Amino acid sequence: MTLDAGHCAVPGEDRVGLDEQLPTLALVGSPNSGKTTLFNALTGLRAKTGNYPGVTVTRYVGRFSVDDQEMVLEDLPGTYSLAAISPDEQVVADVLDLDHPALARPDALVVTLDATTLRRSLNMLAQVLATGLPACVVLTFTDELTRRQGSLDVAAFERAVGVPVLTVTGGRRQELGPLRDLLLGWSAWPVPALPPPTEPDEVPGWIESVLTTSDYVLPKVDERTRRIDAVLLHPVWGSVVFFAAMFVFFQVIFTLASPVQGWLEDLFGFLGTQVRVHVGNRYLASFLADGILGGVGGVVTFLPQIALLFVLISIMEASGYMSRAAFLMDRVMAKAGLEGRAFVALLSSLACAIPGIMATRTLPSMRDRIATMMGAPLMTCSARLPVYVLLVGLLVSPSARIGPVGAQGVIMFALYVVGALSAMASAWVFSRLGRRSGPLLPFYMEMPPYRMPSARSVGLAVWDACRGFLRKVGKIILGTTVVLWVLLNLPTHSDAAMSAAGVDVHDSSAVSSYTIDHSVAAGIGRAVEPIFEPLGFDWRINVGILASLSARETFVATMGQVAAAAHPDQPAQGLKHLTVQSGSREGEPLFTAPVLAALLVFFLYALQCASTIGVLRRESGSWKWPAIAFGYLFVVAWVMAFLTQLVVGMLT
Amino acid sequence: MSILSAVVAPRRRAIGPALVETGSDRAEGITLADLTPGQAVRVLEVSSQDDPAAARRLSDLGFVPGAEVRMVRRAPLADPVVFRVAGYEIALRRAQARWVSVVALVS
Repeated sequence: MTLDAGHCAVPGEDRVGLDEQLPTLALVGSPNSGKTTLFNALTGLRAKTGNYPGVTVTRYVGRFSVDDQEMVLEDLPGTYSLAAISPDEQVVADVLDLDHPALARPDALVVTLDATTLRRSLNMLAQVLATGLPACVVLTFTDELTRRQGSLDVAAFERAVGVPVLTVTGGRRQELGPLRDLLLGWSAWPVPALPPPTEPDEVPGWIESVLTTSDYVLPKVDERTRRIDAVLLHPVWGSVVFFAAMFVFFQVIFTLASPVQGWLEDLFGFLGTQVRVHVGNRYLASFLADGILGGVGGVVTFLPQIALLFVLISIMEASGYMSRAAFLMDRVMAKAGLEGRAFVALLSSLACAIPGIMATRTLPSMRDRIATMMGAPLMTCSARLPVYVLLVGLLVSPSARIGPVGAQGVIMFALYVVGALSAMASAWVFSRLGRRSGPLLPFYMEMPPYRMPSARSVGLAVWDACRGFLRKVGKIILGTTVVLWVLLNLPTHSDAAMSAAGVDVHDSSAVSSYTIDHSVAAGIGRAVEPIFEPLGFDWRINVGILASLSARETFVATMGQVAAAAHPDQPAQGLKHLTVQSGSREGEPLFTAPVLAALLVFFLYALQCASTIGVLRRESGSWKWPAIAFGYLFVVAWVMAFLTQLVVGMLT
Repeated sequence: MSILSAVVAPRRRAIGPALVETGSDRAEGITLADLTPGQAVRVLEVSSQDDPAAARRLSDLGFVPGAEVRMVRRAPLADPVVFRVAGYEIALRRAQARWVSVVALVS
C-alpha cells in the first residue's frame, strides 16, 4: 500500500496509511517535546500526511527500516494528557485505548519526554504506561538541561520507570543508531515491574519518587529567555515590538512576494500567448489559454505569498515567539470569544484566507477553529484588491480628496477596517453559537525557551504547505475553471450564424463577446437577475459575480471582456460607458455610485472563492461548514449591499 | 475565616511577597489569579466545580496540590498571566487561574 496523501484525505478512511503487515510504532508526547523532530530524523522525507475523518488535525505516518526490517512510525498530535478535552487529543486517547474498536492501533509506543520539563512530562508517561502497550522513552533536550545546570541520572531513571530509556538530542545521527536498534526489538521491551499508579491523586507521589531516585536537578530559569522576554513581553515595549513585527510581517509578504508573483503572471501570460499562436483549434486554444493557464495559473501565482507566509509563521513558531504573540493578543481576542492563537490565523488571512484557515490548525479547540474559519474569509485578502481597485476607480476619480488625503485611499482603508471588524464580529457570533455544542477548552499556552529555528524544520513546513496548496487547491480550481469555461463558451455558434446575427467573425473580441452574451453562463446570469435586481446589478454583473465564485479576480477579467465587447475601441473606458439594456433604468449608466458601492460591499462579505470553500471543506472535515459559510456570507453580503445601495442612493 | 485574617490578607497581597508570612496561619481564599509578579505560592487544590475536565487538565499541566508556583508576569492588559510551575512557564487566563487555590510562600 502506498502512502498517498490524496488517498488519505478521503473521509471515512480510518486506517490512514497504516500497513497491518508491518510493525507500527507511534510517537506520543506533550506538544513541543521534540516528537516531530525525531519523526523526521527517523523517517527522512518519506513522511506523508493524512487526516482523520471528522477530525482535521494532521496525522503523520512514515516508514523507516532497521536491518532490512521495515517499520511504520506514526506521529500523533501532541497532548499533555490522555484525559482528552479537545478533538485532536481524543485522537491520541482513542489510538491508545485498547477498548476502542474503530482505529488501527500501534504495536508499541515511543514516548518523548522533554528533559527540562520532566516533572510535568512524567504525568503523561504514567498515563501512557497505564494503557499496557509496550513503550520506551526518548529523553529530548538533555543538552538544554545541562546548559541550564540541571541534571539527571539516566540509568537510574530507566530503572525507576521500568521501560527502556534513551536520550536523543535534536535528532542527532549518532544517537539515532541505538534508537533504531531499540525500536527493532520492540516486542522484547520490558514492562515495568511495578506499574505507575493510575489514580490522579497518587501520580504526584510516583513522579516525586522517580525524580528523587534518578537524582533529577531541576534546570535553572533560562537566562537568555528571561532577558529576551523582559523586552518582548514588557507591558509597553512588548506591544511596540509586537506591532512593529506585524508591520514588517506584512511588508515582507507583499514586497518580497509580489515581484515573484509578477514573474509567474508574466510566465502564464506568455504561455497563454504561445498557446493562442500555436494551437490551431480555436476552442482548444481558448480552453488552454483562458481556462487552464488563466484559471489554474492565476491561482498558482499566489504560491510565493503562501511560501513566504509559512517561512515567517514557522520561524515564529520554532523560535517560540508565536506563543508570545498569542499571549500579548489574547485579551483582545477574548473580546471576540476567541483565544490569542486565533489572532495569528486572522492576520494571515490578510494575504489570503487559505493560509489563514490552514493556520487554525494551531487552535486546540474545534469550536475556536470553526469560529475563526467563519471569520477568516472576511479579512481583506489580496484577491479582493484587484476588484476593489477597479470599482473604487470607477466610484471616485484619483484626484478626489477628503481633506489632505486621496478619497480612493480612504475608501480602500475603510474597506480593510470594515472587513477586519466584520471578521471579529462573525467569529464572536460563531463562537457564541458553538458554545452549546463544542467543548470549551481552557486557554493555556506553554512559553517555551527561545530556540534557534532549524532550516530543515522551516523548509519542511514550507514544502508541506506549498505541496498541499498546489495539490489540493489546484484540483479544486482546475475543476471549477473547466466548468466555468464550458459554461461561458457553450453553446458554440457557427460563423454563418454569427454573421447572420451581425457579428464580424474575424474580430476575435466580437466573437468572444457574442459567445459570452449567448452562453449558458449568460443565460444563468439572466436567470438570477431577480435575486440581484434590488441591488441594481444587471445580467452582466451577475455573470461577473458568478464567474468570481471560482476566484474574486475573475470578476475583473469578466468585466473586462464585457466592456471590451461593448466598446472594442476603448476597452479601458468601456465600463464607464456601459448602459442598462432594459427595464426602468434603460439607457442610463450601469455603474452608478449606488451600484458601485453595493458591489464593493457585496465583495467585502460574499465568499466568492472556490479555493476557500475547498480549504474549509478540507480543514473542517465536511461540507457542512463551507455550506454554512457560503450561505451566511451571501445573505449578509446581499443585505449589506442592499442597505448600502439605499443609503448611497439617498446621499447622491 | 476570622475577621482579622480577612482584613489582613488583602493588605498582605498589596505589600508584596517579600513580607508575606505563612506557616501557622493560612491566608485562605488566595488563588493564582491574585498574585503579583515574582510571588511564590504552593498549590492547595484545584477546584473542579465549574468544569471538571478543564480542572483535570490544570493538574496534568503541573498544578497539583503541593506544587510550587511562581507568578512571572501579566500580559499588557492584565490577562493572561504567565506562571512558572514544574520547571517550565505557562500562560493561563485569570478565569482558569482562579480555580487554583494557593497559599503564599516566603520568597
